[in-house]
Amino acid sequence: MDNRSLVSIDDYTKEEILEVLARAAEFEKNPNSNILEGKVISSLFFEPSTRTRLSFETAISRMGGRIVGFSDSSSSSTSKGETLNDTIKMVSNYSDLIVMRHPIEGSARWASEVSDVPVINAGDGANQHPTQTMLDLYSIQKTQGTLENLNIFMVGDLKYGRTVHSLLMALSHFNPTFHFIAPKELEIPRAYKIFMDENNITYYEHTEFDSIINDADILYMTRVQRERFADPLEYEKVKNVYILKNNMLKDTKDNLRILHPLPRVNEIAVDVDTNPKAYYFEQALNGVYARQAIIAKALNL
Amino acid sequence: MTAKKELQVRAIKNGTVIDHIPADLLFKVINILELDKCPTSVTIGNNYKSDMLGKKGIIKIAEKFFEAEEINKIALIAPKVKFNIIKDYQVVEKSVVEAPNKVEGIVKCMNPKCITNVEEIYTKFKVVNSSPITLKCHYCEKITDHKNIHIK
Repeated sequence: MDNRSLVSIDDYTKEEILEVLARAAEFEKNPNSNILEGKVISSLFFEPSTRTRLSFETAISRMGGRIVGFSDSSSSSTSKGETLNDTIKMVSNYSDLIVMRHPIEGSARWASEVSDVPVINAGDGANQHPTQTMLDLYSIQKTQGTLENLNIFMVGDLKYGRTVHSLLMALSHFNPTFHFIAPKELEIPRAYKIFMDENNITYYEHTEFDSIINDADILYMTRVQRERFADPLEYEKVKNVYILKNNMLKDTKDNLRILHPLPRVNEIAVDVDTNPKAYYFEQALNGVYARQAIIAKALNL
Repeated sequence: MTAKKELQVRAIKNGTVIDHIPADLLFKVINILELDKCPTSVTIGNNYKSDMLGKKGIIKIAEKFFEAEEINKIALIAPKVKFNIIKDYQVVEKSVVEAPNKVEGIVKCMNPKCITNVEEIYTKFKVVNSSPITLKCHYCEKITDHKNIHIK
C-alpha cells in the first residue's frame, strides 16, 4: 500500500491536516503554477459526479498537469466486466496519481493497495469522501481564523450524511462543541456518540431548529431526503422543520457562516443567499484549493 | 471420563486435542484451521455425547501445535472450545480460546455494498470489541457484529 494515498480522513494526523490547509491557503494566493508539468493524473469516475470531477480537474489543470480517464463507467472497460483490481493495475502503470470515485464501499482502500501510485478517494459509496472534509475544514478555518474551540451546529440528515460523519471525526482534533439538530429518525448514529464520549467532546442533541443557533460559529446544513424515511407521513412532518430562512439569522453571531456540501434542494431558502453569512458557494470554490494541496502532498511536491 | 473418551477416539502421543466443539461447527473449525493441508495424522470425530453441549466434536492432530493467533480465530464462532496440548500422552497445557485483535481472510463482511463482496478480496477486520465479538471492516469501515459473523 502506498501511504501517500488519501482514502479516509483518518489517514491524516492533526499535523497533516494543518499542513494541507496551510498549503491550500498558498494555492488560493497563487492558483496557477506548473508544479504538475510532465505528470499524468488519472481521473476515474465509475459513477458520475460532475461537481467533484470538475473541482479535481480544475485543480489539476491549474497546476499544469495532464488528465486521462473517464467520467462514467459506461465508457470504461468495467462495462465489459473488468474487475477494479485489473483496471487499477493497468492505470497505475500509465499515470503518476489516481483520483477515483466509485459506488462500492471500500473500493478506494482496495485500489490504494493494488496501485503502485497514490490514490485519492473522491468518494466510495456511502463510506468516505475525505477531500470534501478538507474543503469543509479549510472553509471553517478561513472564515473563523481557527479550527479550535468552535461551536459547530449540524442540521438535517445526521444519520446517513457521510460529510457530517467525516467532518465530526476531523474536528475532534480541535476541541469543538457540537450541536446536532435532526429529527429522531435521522439523529447522529450511536457509534459517533460513543466516539465523542470517549474523546471527551461536548455535544448536545436537539430536535427543534430555532434560536439555539444564536450561539453558532458554523451552521452546517444538509439535505433531508425523502427516500430515507420508511413512513412517508414522517417525512411530510419533518420536511419543512429543518429549513433555514433569512429571518432566523437576525440574532446570530457576526462571525457565523453557513456551510452546505451542496447540492441543496429547499433546506436553505433562497433569501439566505444574499446574507453575508451564507458561505456555501465560496465553500465550493475552496474545494479547488484544498484539492490542489492534497494532490501536491500525495506527490511529495 | 478420560478413559471413556479414549475408547471413542484413539489417544495421540504428541500433538493437539481440540475438544468441546459444538457439533454443527466442527467442519467450520476444520476449515478455519486449514486441516485439509495438515500433513500429519488427523482424527476427527463428531456427535459425541456432551453434558455441556448435547453433541460435540473432537479433533486430534498429531505433531501439530498451533500459534495463539490460529487458535483465536476459533473464538469468532465458538468461544468455549478447548485446546489441549499433548506431550507423551499427557495433557501438558490447556487453553480456552480468546478473541483475536484482528481477523483476516475467514469472515465475510456483512455489508452487501462492500468491495470484498463484489471482487475476490482477502477480507481484513479489526476487532473493535471482544465480547460480544464485533468486527470493523478494513475496506468499507462498516461493523460486522457477532450475530452476523459468517465464516467463508
